[in-house]
Amino acid sequence: MQEEIKLMKGNEAIAHAAIRYGTDGYFGYPITPQSEIMETLMAEQPWETTGMTVLQAESEVAAINMVYGGAGSGRRVMTSSSSPGISLKLEGISYIAGAELPCLIINVMRGGPGLGTIQPSQADYFQTVKGGGHGDYRLITLAPYSVQEMADFVALGFDLAFKYSNPAMILADGIIGQMMEKVVLPPFRPRKTEAEIIAESPWAVQGKLKGRKVNVITSLELDPVAMEQNNLRFQAKYRKIEETEVRYEEYNCSDAEYLLIAFGSSARICQKTVELAREEGIKLGLLRPITLWPFPSSAIAAYAEKANVKGMLSVELNAGQMVEDVRLAVNGKVKVEHFGRLGGMVFTPDEILAALKTKIM
Amino acid sequence: METNEIIKPENLVYGRPALMNDTLMHYCPGCSHGVIHKLIAEVIADMGMEEKTIGVSPVGCAVFAYNYLDIDWVEAAHGRAPAVATALKRLNSDKMIFTYQGDGDLAAIGTAETIHAVNRGENIVIVFVNNAIYGMTGGQMAPTTLEGMKTSTSPAGRDVTLNGYPLKIADLLAKLDGACLVTRQSVHTAAAVKKARKIMRKAFENSMSGKGTSVVEFVSTCSSGWKMTPAQSNKWMEENMFPFYPLGDLKNVE
Repeated sequence: MQEEIKLMKGNEAIAHAAIRYGTDGYFGYPITPQSEIMETLMAEQPWETTGMTVLQAESEVAAINMVYGGAGSGRRVMTSSSSPGISLKLEGISYIAGAELPCLIINVMRGGPGLGTIQPSQADYFQTVKGGGHGDYRLITLAPYSVQEMADFVALGFDLAFKYSNPAMILADGIIGQMMEKVVLPPFRPRKTEAEIIAESPWAVQGKLKGRKVNVITSLELDPVAMEQNNLRFQAKYRKIEETEVRYEEYNCSDAEYLLIAFGSSARICQKTVELAREEGIKLGLLRPITLWPFPSSAIAAYAEKANVKGMLSVELNAGQMVEDVRLAVNGKVKVEHFGRLGGMVFTPDEILAALKTKIM
Repeated sequence: METNEIIKPENLVYGRPALMNDTLMHYCPGCSHGVIHKLIAEVIADMGMEEKTIGVSPVGCAVFAYNYLDIDWVEAAHGRAPAVATALKRLNSDKMIFTYQGDGDLAAIGTAETIHAVNRGENIVIVFVNNAIYGMTGGQMAPTTLEGMKTSTSPAGRDVTLNGYPLKIADLLAKLDGACLVTRQSVHTAAAVKKARKIMRKAFENSMSGKGTSVVEFVSTCSSGWKMTPAQSNKWMEENMFPFYPLGDLKNVE
């Protein structure tokens, strides 16, 4: 089947995109505001068409470990959850990163801490881009700001995960997950055959064929000399990703004197703020990081060097997380402040403009 | 007769299974793990499944099982082996998948994964080594530690008012509809090994014929953790472990 134009929720778009990408397995546990992902998959019954496995696990912990097993066999596997469930998955994510396995994880964020609220939030930024689980690892992190990007980032996330043998995360929030928009769904691609998997991922456990050494999926190495080498290999890979895979979008930035830095649903709201500001004659632009890790530090640093740029406001649905990375990039060259709403509350474009005026201008 | 006259191929009555790697094992003298590894190696070879078997090793003494059996392995996080095996089997249904877990891994931290994998009737084999103690971390109390049994975290002996009762998890698993075979075996005598090998083969065959989950528990010794000689351990196991964890099939669907 070919490309199709539909009206649907961000969560539903992820499910359809996953089937069309040729995903082999989805393992999840229900949690608001992302339950439509598994519900859509179950309703679509892809095991009857593409042969995709969809399994409701007994917990988020089990689901991420199913992903670990499936990824270890070279299959394209994914899970999704929302903030409290992602906290439960972090042990498994650390193991997946440590074993250098590709997989796709989706976090449709809600407000915390604790059980918090089911309303949208971006308070898992630190958890996602600074580690979250134990050890020195990084998650390739994509932040969609539309239903279209929810669909598109399934393929991008899997492609990057397999390119670097590293877990990738789509970091969305309750707004993007729940809102309905027009979306162009990609054409169907066949799932990989066993022969293709063996050729593409020679490290995968597919049964030890004669003539090759055993494949062992593990993150364990008791010898500290060897374990340091493993870590140095990870770090070299992370530097390569930082050099190669940074993605961001600029909106009215070329003549801007002030910049909003925002990702996901916040960036969507900030687009309106830019329009309002321009109507008042304020030269405001928006820089939207699409990859949160690797972070577009160089692009932000370049704006900080420009003579006409006077300040930046990091607009986030949290108490100030990404602003730390903006400040590191800017390194004191221009004023950087944060504006946020917390606990599931969402700012209006006017509130952001008012914050810009009091905090930066 | 000289030694070199004895060591000849025609005199060979017993050998290391082909799937066992020629490497030093880290297991302590008298430990049951080595014999159980050997049984698995023999059964896989008997079935001709060397190129189609994937093992899932646990956290615990058997964490390095992948160093000893010459097959593909996934090393799971503590307690999560049945979840890992679930996906391996569902996504690779022509492969033969088994987990190898100790009592802490299977019956404490991984109880949820164990119960739900068996309840779903995943077509895998769960090999469960119950020596009533945490061996790797130095002899702490396990969920299966017997009442009154001394460990480093129950130095006065397991007190059921404080620590609860030893968990007969195989009895619990046998009640689940997804289980087709739940059996309790041991490897402390030649006869026991022979018997265990037979039921182990059936467990692996079940996993390939889609009958559901097979659980093979081995009531085992831990000479180091129990602070006994191997001979004393076997005797203590017979006198104390077997009455509480009686050997035999708890469920065996034909």
